[in-house]
Amino acid sequence: MSSAGLASAQDMAEEALSLAKADDCMVVVTERSEANLRWASNSLTTNGEMRSRRVAVISIVDGGSGAAAGTVSRSGSPDLADLVAASEQAARDAGPAEDAMPLISEATGGDWSAPPDATSIEVFSSFAPDLGAAFGEAVAGGRLLFGFAEHIVESTFLASSTGLRLRHDQPTGRVELNGKSLDFSRSVWAGAATQDFSDISVTSMTDEIATKLAWSERRVDLEPGRYETLLPPSTVADLMIYMYYTGQARDADEGQTVFSKKGGGNRIGDALTEKPLTMRSDPGAPGLQAAGHLVTTSSSPYASVFDNGLALPAIDWIRDGVLTNLIQTRSWAAKTGASAAPYVDNLIMEGPDGAGPSTQELVATTERGLLLTTLWYIREVDPQTLLLTGLTRDGVFLVENGEVTASVNNFRFNESPVDLLARVTEIGRTERCLPREWNDYFTRTAMPTLRIPDFNMSSVSPAS
Amino acid sequence: MQQIDPSFTDLPLRPLADAALSRARELGCTHADIRVERLRTQNISLRDARLESATDGEDAGLAVRVVHEGTWGFAAGMALTTKEADRLAEQAVAVARVSAAINTDPVELAPEPAYPDATYVSSYEIDPFTVPDPDKIALLIDWSERLMSADGVEHVQTAVMLAKDQKFYADLTGTSTIQQRVRVHPQLTAVAVDRASGAFETMRTLAPPAARGWEYLTGDLVDWTGELAEIPELLRGKIKAPSVPAGRYDLIVDPSNLFLTIHESIGHATELDRALGYEAAYAGTSFATIDKLGKLKYGSPLMNVTGDRNDEYGLASIGYDDEGVAAQQWDIVKDGILVGYQLDRNMARLKGFGRSNGCAYADSPGHVPVQRMANVSLQPDPDGPTTGEMIAGVERGIYVVGDKSWSIDMQRYNFQFTGQRFYKIESGRLAGQLRDVAYQATTTDFWGSMSVVGGPSTYVLGGAFNCGKAQPGQVAAVSHGCPSALFDGVNILNTVTEGGR
Repeated sequence: MSSAGLASAQDMAEEALSLAKADDCMVVVTERSEANLRWASNSLTTNGEMRSRRVAVISIVDGGSGAAAGTVSRSGSPDLADLVAASEQAARDAGPAEDAMPLISEATGGDWSAPPDATSIEVFSSFAPDLGAAFGEAVAGGRLLFGFAEHIVESTFLASSTGLRLRHDQPTGRVELNGKSLDFSRSVWAGAATQDFSDISVTSMTDEIATKLAWSERRVDLEPGRYETLLPPSTVADLMIYMYYTGQARDADEGQTVFSKKGGGNRIGDALTEKPLTMRSDPGAPGLQAAGHLVTTSSSPYASVFDNGLALPAIDWIRDGVLTNLIQTRSWAAKTGASAAPYVDNLIMEGPDGAGPSTQELVATTERGLLLTTLWYIREVDPQTLLLTGLTRDGVFLVENGEVTASVNNFRFNESPVDLLARVTEIGRTERCLPREWNDYFTRTAMPTLRIPDFNMSSVSPAS
Repeated sequence: MQQIDPSFTDLPLRPLADAALSRARELGCTHADIRVERLRTQNISLRDARLESATDGEDAGLAVRVVHEGTWGFAAGMALTTKEADRLAEQAVAVARVSAAINTDPVELAPEPAYPDATYVSSYEIDPFTVPDPDKIALLIDWSERLMSADGVEHVQTAVMLAKDQKFYADLTGTSTIQQRVRVHPQLTAVAVDRASGAFETMRTLAPPAARGWEYLTGDLVDWTGELAEIPELLRGKIKAPSVPAGRYDLIVDPSNLFLTIHESIGHATELDRALGYEAAYAGTSFATIDKLGKLKYGSPLMNVTGDRNDEYGLASIGYDDEGVAAQQWDIVKDGILVGYQLDRNMARLKGFGRSNGCAYADSPGHVPVQRMANVSLQPDPDGPTTGEMIAGVERGIYVVGDKSWSIDMQRYNFQFTGQRFYKIESGRLAGQLRDVAYQATTTDFWGSMSVVGGPSTYVLGGAFNCGKAQPGQVAAVSHGCPSALFDGVNILNTVTEGGR
């Protein structure tokens, strides 16, 4: 029994399988615990500790014309006989699935029988007092702190009638700290991803805030235009995550994305940049560990329920500047003669060996340019070029003769990450970072700072 | 009128409330509330008239929120037992104790009358979860095939999202509500591909999401036949259209596009939690700060905007909010001046508004209620023109129909929107579509340039299912009613030029 008084996840998975009458059945039980603190103007605003469980049953039936899949999920402790029956009915109603493939039958991963990992509000037992102390210092120093800290542990159990018993425990943590002057006119940000908060130093984050607020004391207004710009790791992550989401083979093969080839097919094999840039995912990447097997409860071009349990290898999306892979399911890959390329929940971009100058070293070699902090409200303007718009946020700094000399107004940009890769002139050292725009969904990233000679700042935003 | 499902009212709602609230009272809480929720969803998607995915989900759980020694505490769980309700009350107090170290603003809620045993059911005829899946899928295949078979349409993406929310709420003052809402969102997108050039274009249906049942897809509320029939020709027109010359144009914005501009530039900007900075690190703040209430010239004198949580088919409509406050309607912008905000009970007390206007909402039993958007709507001019009459009055301009992409800054000043289709207006007539168009403006400049507001016949209740806010992230559905409106001299971008090509 779990602490909430429910049967164990593994027992529920086994029982659901034993009730299944369909040709095949998969059960996904997800146990989730989370804790969070949120603050504004040097004081708590909301908080919480939550637990939830979802049980999803995927039934596969073959009425003679091809396998069909149906997924029904319920939270908590559902009636498993009802759930399995509903899932089987959903599969019969669905008709043959376009992505039908033989199910995965051989795979191992994780200690199946161990209880799920969990977190609680106690994960903040040293972070919260440190933050409280930082609030005291901020009050004394005439600054306001805003932000959010969250820790989630999700244990996912996948069992199938083909013999899969796979589990994965995924810790996900993030902290965002936003510092403002009392009149809100200056605003800066520091953020970090973490697995367990043991590596989070409130002091180092508040030091970063203090440094950037000090940089902001001198303000220079600049007009829209194209500027030499240093995109730090968080901003690169937000742009490249969008490109990663777009980098899906079916839409490309069907002529619907920036990765579609003129005349048909996709652009795998095309050089996107002359620079030796690699963009890759690796479930085993240190500090960025993600599930090593695929689990999904609904089919899309990104993942198929028929691929559940598929091992997720380390995979290069761009290798030495050349587009190497696009996300695709086994069934789509089989249709086009390609290899399956499953989506992995982390993303790394790097120059040769991940080495290169630090952001500070890139600043030191900049004669005149802009150093950004984060990007915000990124949306697609033109899918043909993957032109994205968005805002700079919480720190645009003017660099002159190798030093930050002032802060600058915010801008709305219009840029395509694909075009940026073609125009990048310098690649920094790869560092773990927290994306700003997408960190609700994606936190496991390591990116370099990129130097772009002519980043398109389309208009001025008066926001601070 | 529909009834709340017995399978929800039969849950041990009262014993759960008694367990949690009595425990919270024993622990010295000055406020305590419990929510028990069951949220049903179904998402069906098709590609090229073939079913891609049909998923049916249900999230049920309970949450206890307390004010303990002036600090919030919140805990959520899933077992609907009195033992768990009791545990969650204790856990919420424990969370308040850990959090006290970082709380400097004592929480106190604006008063609200008690509503014992109140109920609310939204207006719908057919519960979509009673419709057999084969019927739903067959309808979507039929619609998709109509598009697929049309000349020039290479791909079709079809999706319908269905939701039914059931909420029980009770608090220490004696309020106890049970509510049930249903909403639907069908969308079809046709894609044309020119393989030789590599170009592609899309055209999507405009029918907005609505707090209605399955009758929205099968009845005569929307002319689906007409809408599907015109899409292929509109798509062919778009792919052949000339690229827009960038510059200033008079812009007539159709309600199918304007609802989203209202959402971003008025709806979010008049959320008091943003104006006070509670969202500063995430969703952002607002230029419409509280010192400007009653003074800020938000737009032209033709601009009248209301907030409400009781529009009959509004996605944000409800009987009582997640703090037990009864639904209301109020003015946000009157004759162009900022006169109101969207509130919850703590902020209403903090800033002296007297009473909350009922905008607290949590999107799931696992999330804490925060101030979320009401249906924020631009009122039509009672004597205003039709859209056709507005077009007839424009010498050189653009008419935009349908929303597509949207982006606005963290203080709600600078925005940029695209659309489903943009028509050139020449000498009072539509003169074909334009491509590569986006409009970019600053909120108060844009609304200040509104020179004609359409009449009641142009008014449409638009909306979205996917409004995001708060950390942890919460998603809410919200409607925005508006007429067509004319904006003078709006900055139009050419998106190809913007891309540096």
